[in-house]
Amino acid sequence: MDAILSPAFVTALLLGAVTAGTPLLLAGLGEQIAEKAGVLNIGIEGMMLMGAYVGFVAAFTTGSFWMGFAGGAAGGVAVAVLMSILCVRLGMNQIVIGIALTLGAEGLTALLHHFQFSRSYPRLPDVPVLEIPGLAAIPVIGPVLFAHHPLVYLAVGLVVLLGWLFRRTNMGLNLEAAGQKPGALDAAGVGVIATRTWAVLTTGALAGIGGAFMATVGAGLFVPFMTGGAGFIGIVLAMLARGRPLWVMLGALLFGISLALTTAFQVAGFNIPTDVVHMLPFAMVIVVLVLFARHSVLPPALGLPYVRSDR
Amino acid sequence: MSAREAIAGALRVALPIALALTVGGAVLLALGKDPIDYYVFVVERGLLSWAGFQESLTRSAPLLLIAAGLIVAFRAGIWNLGVDGQFLLAAVIAAALAPELIAFLPGLLTLLIGFVVAALVGAAWSLVPALLKARIGVNEIVTSLMMSFLGISLANVLIKIPFNDPATTVPQTRTLAVEDRLPRLFDTTVHAGIVIAVAAVVLVHLMMTRTAFGLRLQMVGANPRAAQHAGLDVGRLTVATFALSAGLAGMGGAADALGVLGTIRADWDPGYGLLVVPLVFLARFHGIAVIGFTLFFAVLMIGGESAARRLGVPNFFVLVLVGLLLLFLAVVEYLDQMRRRRRVA
Amino acid sequence: MTEAAVSRPATTTGTAIALSAVTKRFPGVLANDAITLDILPGEIHVLLGENGAGKSTLIAMLAGMQQPDAGTIAVHGRDVRIGSPRESLALGIGTVYQHVLLVPTLTVIENLMLGGAWWRRQDRGAALARFHELSATLGVAIEPDIPVGRLALGEQQQVEIMRALWRGERVLILDEPTSMLTPQGVADLGRVMQRLRDQGVAIVFITHKLREAYAFGNRVSVLRLGLLVGQLGPDELARLTEAEVTDAVIRLMFGASEGHTDDADALLGRGRRHHSSALRADAPPRIALHGVATEAAPGECALHAVDLAVRPGEILGVAGVDGNGQKHLAEVLAGQRRAAAGRVMIDGRDATAEGVAARRARGVRYVTDERLGEGTIAAFSVATNLVAKEIGRPPRWRHGITLWDRVHAHARESVRRHDVRTPSERTPIGRLSGGNIQKVLLARELDEDAGIVVYNKPTYGLDLHNNALARARIADGAARGLATVLISTELDELLALADRVAVMLGGRVVGVVDNGADAELAIGRLMTGAA
Repeated sequence: MDAILSPAFVTALLLGAVTAGTPLLLAGLGEQIAEKAGVLNIGIEGMMLMGAYVGFVAAFTTGSFWMGFAGGAAGGVAVAVLMSILCVRLGMNQIVIGIALTLGAEGLTALLHHFQFSRSYPRLPDVPVLEIPGLAAIPVIGPVLFAHHPLVYLAVGLVVLLGWLFRRTNMGLNLEAAGQKPGALDAAGVGVIATRTWAVLTTGALAGIGGAFMATVGAGLFVPFMTGGAGFIGIVLAMLARGRPLWVMLGALLFGISLALTTAFQVAGFNIPTDVVHMLPFAMVIVVLVLFARHSVLPPALGLPYVRSDR
Repeated sequence: MSAREAIAGALRVALPIALALTVGGAVLLALGKDPIDYYVFVVERGLLSWAGFQESLTRSAPLLLIAAGLIVAFRAGIWNLGVDGQFLLAAVIAAALAPELIAFLPGLLTLLIGFVVAALVGAAWSLVPALLKARIGVNEIVTSLMMSFLGISLANVLIKIPFNDPATTVPQTRTLAVEDRLPRLFDTTVHAGIVIAVAAVVLVHLMMTRTAFGLRLQMVGANPRAAQHAGLDVGRLTVATFALSAGLAGMGGAADALGVLGTIRADWDPGYGLLVVPLVFLARFHGIAVIGFTLFFAVLMIGGESAARRLGVPNFFVLVLVGLLLLFLAVVEYLDQMRRRRRVA
Repeated sequence: MTEAAVSRPATTTGTAIALSAVTKRFPGVLANDAITLDILPGEIHVLLGENGAGKSTLIAMLAGMQQPDAGTIAVHGRDVRIGSPRESLALGIGTVYQHVLLVPTLTVIENLMLGGAWWRRQDRGAALARFHELSATLGVAIEPDIPVGRLALGEQQQVEIMRALWRGERVLILDEPTSMLTPQGVADLGRVMQRLRDQGVAIVFITHKLREAYAFGNRVSVLRLGLLVGQLGPDELARLTEAEVTDAVIRLMFGASEGHTDDADALLGRGRRHHSSALRADAPPRIALHGVATEAAPGECALHAVDLAVRPGEILGVAGVDGNGQKHLAEVLAGQRRAAAGRVMIDGRDATAEGVAARRARGVRYVTDERLGEGTIAAFSVATNLVAKEIGRPPRWRHGITLWDRVHAHARESVRRHDVRTPSERTPIGRLSGGNIQKVLLARELDEDAGIVVYNKPTYGLDLHNNALARARIADGAARGLATVLISTELDELLALADRVAVMLGGRVVGVVDNGADAELAIGRLMTGAA
């Protein structure tokens, strides 16, 4: 039992949790923006996967992780553009389109991967880590908190930024109104369609960066279907966070820990079947939902296209 | 005008398929493959060759059972997207149970129990999303998907630990002997599961269109508040819908496990669930129409699997086609609505 | 912000808005047919007309929600194209819509700030300054930092007026603003309008109540079937008595040669009903509530200790401003909502635990106010909607099997008997007009086994013809001996039909008034909590 509490185990667990939790955080924040604005973005899984693929290819060809993230954002946005045209502008069923985009992205990325990399399975070099001088040397806490890829710190910064944007800027008011009472936003002279379009595109960019992080920093390679439901977990995070970015981060960390347990157990020398560990995050989602779903609040206009005459 | 409506109806079905195949073909072309070759090969292999056609019919069995389940759910306004977990878990448990039962029970009874247990397992796996939806109104899309991921992992755990056949090197359940599996029809390779599947689809169709229960489900689907206003117990109907839908998916698992495979290996997950979704939409939730689309799709799958080996186009391409199909289905539906609106004007 | 407009003197000449030959078509309807109309500063301009006369379309074009197919709109002498609500607001046109368009989860001041450039920080300081300025102009006192969802409807409307004036007060459009207000609230609104008019604001006031038109209007324009059919200017309004104005307006609205049509009586709430012959004072109540309370979700009004009893042949009216527990009352009576405390007695037997089906078997019927929301299933046929509350029961079901022939035969019979205008009994009910949908609902609820009927706002949104038909059916039902509960926000309707009127305030029945000479005054006092 000592092994559970050994510094090596705890470090591996928390380090893994941050790496696994960052894509969830980005996806969850993105979904939060879309849901606030009244769009249920089931296609987020596809956006992440597209981001993972394009991000990996970009990082692999340029040798730059940052180009990877830019590529990831572009991949996510590409899927989000379809979503915004079909669901926001034309008012088609968000669920049907979301499933279609997810399936299409799964198939397309797997196909592209097959033709490009299935013989070579290239890997990216090791991840450049930004070690905060001095602090990173502290045992356990040091590497967990102060030795990550810079994007991790940016993602945490985004939590703060979004919290401020939601509360203090007109953008926050617009998003809230677009999801709560789109007619009121329209009457106030702000385009509901435009607001929701920007929200969906932002979701796509964040989900894409999340996917790219998963492929480049997390795994170092692209594997078909590698997001494995992370986008859907992002939806759950957004549902439970009730519009607060900080709660998304706490949730992402929690799910990150359960995802990281596999590696941590291996480090500690435990032999638990990976399938059991794979069940953990999803089992946790269900438990969390059973316990807290009663308190989750979704915008009344979520999932409904806005048509002006319906005011 | 009715002739015009008939043409419009045909277009609503044909256009999405044609568009999906065309854009899919463009994707193939971009990847350096000849789409005409691919499609011709798929049709020859999956439909025109006798062996391939039998395979396609066999593949239709689980797909049809899943489709029947989705029809129940979608008509009742429930997004049961957890089909894959329900299917796989039921398949594994049926596959593990049958070789044990066959030791002391007659063959047909074993198969019957296998199907019933599979249905119950599927239904049980839908209980959490159903109750969360019925009691506190949690969106069932997310919960059923989560349960699906959970179910797939659990199925693998079951195969690797309690149900593992020690006689094999690869983790898998004990094998049901070929002669104990679902009987073949005449002297084909098609098993009796297809009969069960077609019967299930027809029964579901009759239930939805001709019975009070079916009408109640549709009422809940079309307007839950109106259903409540009319005194229906929306919560119980939601749970019933989920159980029926997942039970049928579970039977689909049994059809594959007891009809084709005889054993389930670890990490086998065909992921039929979401693939069937567009077929059900294409059929507009009509039970009889879905049979044709399912066969079409089975041909695509069987042909595609051969094409993966022969032409080097991996089967992921089918996923792309399904995504495109769903996309164009929505687009054509939208254009059709626009057309109607303009005609009124 | 166009601050210059704030101090515009009342004597300004010229038109605020000039419409010339404005035409708007919708599928199958000519909503506005070459309307030419001037809106002047310093005037309250009343627009009158039946449902579908084209009032809402006209203001939707001024608000930038719709664009005209032909004709021009000039604002302060300049031809403009109002392509969006933003452009309308920029021109100084503020609109208060019929239904509240505020975000319930945002505070008052946040709702007012809505519409600023999205990349900017919220400028609370400036917003509060403007808020206090407008509060003074309007003479209202509202807390700026509470969520709008917690305000009473009258206060929400005041916030809407503030928002409409937020970027400069030149033109204010009010679309049926009084339909949700208490008599006191209507008087307050009148004062606010007069204040603004005296400061030179051009006000367009849409109503269907002639009394308000006469009380507040400086000019009255009447629309019928998309046409502007006539206008009464300030001189005429000053010269004529209320009765003369009324007769003139009604002639215009209905195109009738003489003033006193049945429709006009309905419009004016004339023809007070005398007590129904079927009412027997000694009969035991058919349905009674004893100390009934309910639990409410956020935003709903629950019941507290409600006692009521309705005898056969009696019409018990329920008055009150919308949102004071009427919905829960109707649902508790129908069995659609559980009573958290108290008892529901039907024919002397405890029916508290019974749901919709069991109560229906005892003759309880409920005509909901949400015809589309819960009353019908838009995509289902008229026939299916007619039997929606008896699914599975004989004679149209046998052993759970639907006998569609019988369902359709029953529907054909109902459609014929109740004069439902529908292409076929298989037509989706969502394609019918509001009046015809209400006929289907009434046909479903008022079958031969009905004994106790609850109506919730049965004439809401109906045109005058269908309004009169619905009222006649309610009266006929009571005359046949039905115990009737009539929930309505239209006082005229209650006074015309009810034997007694219970008044609801904050989920309680605060008084029951016998319908008679002084009933109106007494009800008004109870509604506002003054008595």
